[in-house]
Amino acid sequence: MSPSMRKWIPWISTVASIVVLVIIWKLVIAVFNVSPFVLPQPEDVVGGVRDLVNENSFWTDVRITLTETLVGFGIAIVLGIGLGTLLGRVVWLEQAMRPVIVASQVVPKVALIPLFIIWFGFGITSKIIIVAMIAFFPMLLNTILGVRSVDEGQKDVMKSLNASRWQTFRRLEYPSTLPYILAGMEVGIIFAVIGAIVGEYLGGDQGLGYQIVTSLNNLEAERLFAVIFCLTLFGFILYLAVVSLKRFLIPWHASSSTGPTTT
Amino acid sequence: MERQETADTRHRAGVASAEVVEDAPVREPSEPEREVASSVSGALPEGEAEIELRGVSKLFKSRYRETLALTDINLGIRKEEFVTLVGQSGCGKTTMLRILAGLIKPTGGEVRIKDQSLWRGNSRDDAALRQLGLVFQDANLFPWYSVEDNISLPLALRKVDKKERRRRAHELGELVGLTGFERALPRELSGGMRQRVAIARALSYDPEILLMDEPFGALDAMTRDKMNMELQRIAQATNATVVLVTHSIAEAVFLADRVVLLSARPGRIRSITEVPAKRPRELEVTAEPGFQDRVVDLRHQLIEDEERLARHGGVSE
Repeated sequence: MSPSMRKWIPWISTVASIVVLVIIWKLVIAVFNVSPFVLPQPEDVVGGVRDLVNENSFWTDVRITLTETLVGFGIAIVLGIGLGTLLGRVVWLEQAMRPVIVASQVVPKVALIPLFIIWFGFGITSKIIIVAMIAFFPMLLNTILGVRSVDEGQKDVMKSLNASRWQTFRRLEYPSTLPYILAGMEVGIIFAVIGAIVGEYLGGDQGLGYQIVTSLNNLEAERLFAVIFCLTLFGFILYLAVVSLKRFLIPWHASSSTGPTTT
Repeated sequence: MERQETADTRHRAGVASAEVVEDAPVREPSEPEREVASSVSGALPEGEAEIELRGVSKLFKSRYRETLALTDINLGIRKEEFVTLVGQSGCGKTTMLRILAGLIKPTGGEVRIKDQSLWRGNSRDDAALRQLGLVFQDANLFPWYSVEDNISLPLALRKVDKKERRRRAHELGELVGLTGFERALPRELSGGMRQRVAIARALSYDPEILLMDEPFGALDAMTRDKMNMELQRIAQATNATVVLVTHSIAEAVFLADRVVLLSARPGRIRSITEVPAKRPRELEVTAEPGFQDRVVDLRHQLIEDEERLARHGGVSE
């Protein structure tokens, strides 16, 4: 298959899978005679999305969830990269911190959300902290891995050229760690969205997560599906932003390429 | 214990290494088998050498054991000479090259580049380092830089301006046969091409000495032959002094003015073979009896060395 055709594969498969999904969806409703309170028709969900988008409060909710996600994720990036660089460099510190890191990894973070709401209230602050905490770990672990993965041979090159500490960082350590950090961000942004939504529906009065709860309480299945659809789109756009950032920052890296490369 | 046999050949400056030998846990061989490869001095008369190793030794210490990688190394290399280092794996040839390159500090002895000591305390002399261009078995290119930027990386580190860097990268790209690939990324190149970039990078700041650690070891035999011919041409064109590590004896003899054979555990210079044929050489040289004799002789020496180690009960690592 030619590379130009290969480029279109994801688009074709996306359309195809949506078509298949809708067919199965309608089939299930028809065959099992499902009540619209349980599973509304696809076209009703489309109508639900239209109604939702026209609600006055909708865009406020989007803005709030977006703020929580981005601010929390930003904090996670800064702390994750900062601490990750430190722990990646200073081996004894990482060894000393390992029990703490493992312990905090194992704790199901979603279970801590009610605690954070008790501590930081029902407002936006508690959600930002939740998002930051959940997205922090993939950032931290990937940064540590990245800092450790700088190639010994490439280090020798810099050493033989008598490169300064700063030159070695700028020209070798930073670019070779970047793919790991961006891989962490790819996971982190999805975690961040989950954190914001779960935070909102466990203890909030605004945001897209809260809209899930109100739709559920009012038994509005159409609206519930519409909110889920918007949230999916919301997460997808943020994820796409990270992937574009990756293509922009590390075009040389194999994970950014679409075509095959010579090895 | 090994000192008596080799003391006469030991260079004056080698005393430091002798002290290290005493510290190292060297296996005491049983009485009739006490034999050690004799150590040859490759020191040149005063003032003749461009690069000099004086009584160099290297002791690696880990938590579990100490390994004397090199001891009693005396070797002088003339300007524009081509010297190859051969020996079985683990004989310390790579360590020796890394010491020459200033990547490892020797435990004892001294490295001198153009009559300048390479090490001053724990820091390296920058002027001496500038005389050295290094090529490793892996090209070790930076995947985020284009061919051009990889070649001119050493210049960028030395704050040469962008225009001059491009000019030089282009010029060197031409020398090593990379014209038209300046903008390519390393991952788009074949193994041989990457190694060409690595050579061009090592040459970018006009070093007078080229140090190469099995530079074509990862390439297939055909590409390797071709690269060896190219290397001769490049060495000629740049008037570079070359020290090349290889595990192929035929390659070592083909390329070198002098072949330095190292024996293992501890690594020391077992013999030095002169190859008088004029460089650059054509592949036909390899069919000549003088060439063949040298290759066979060196092979024998290597086998003897291995047998000696076996008799010692020397289990390989």
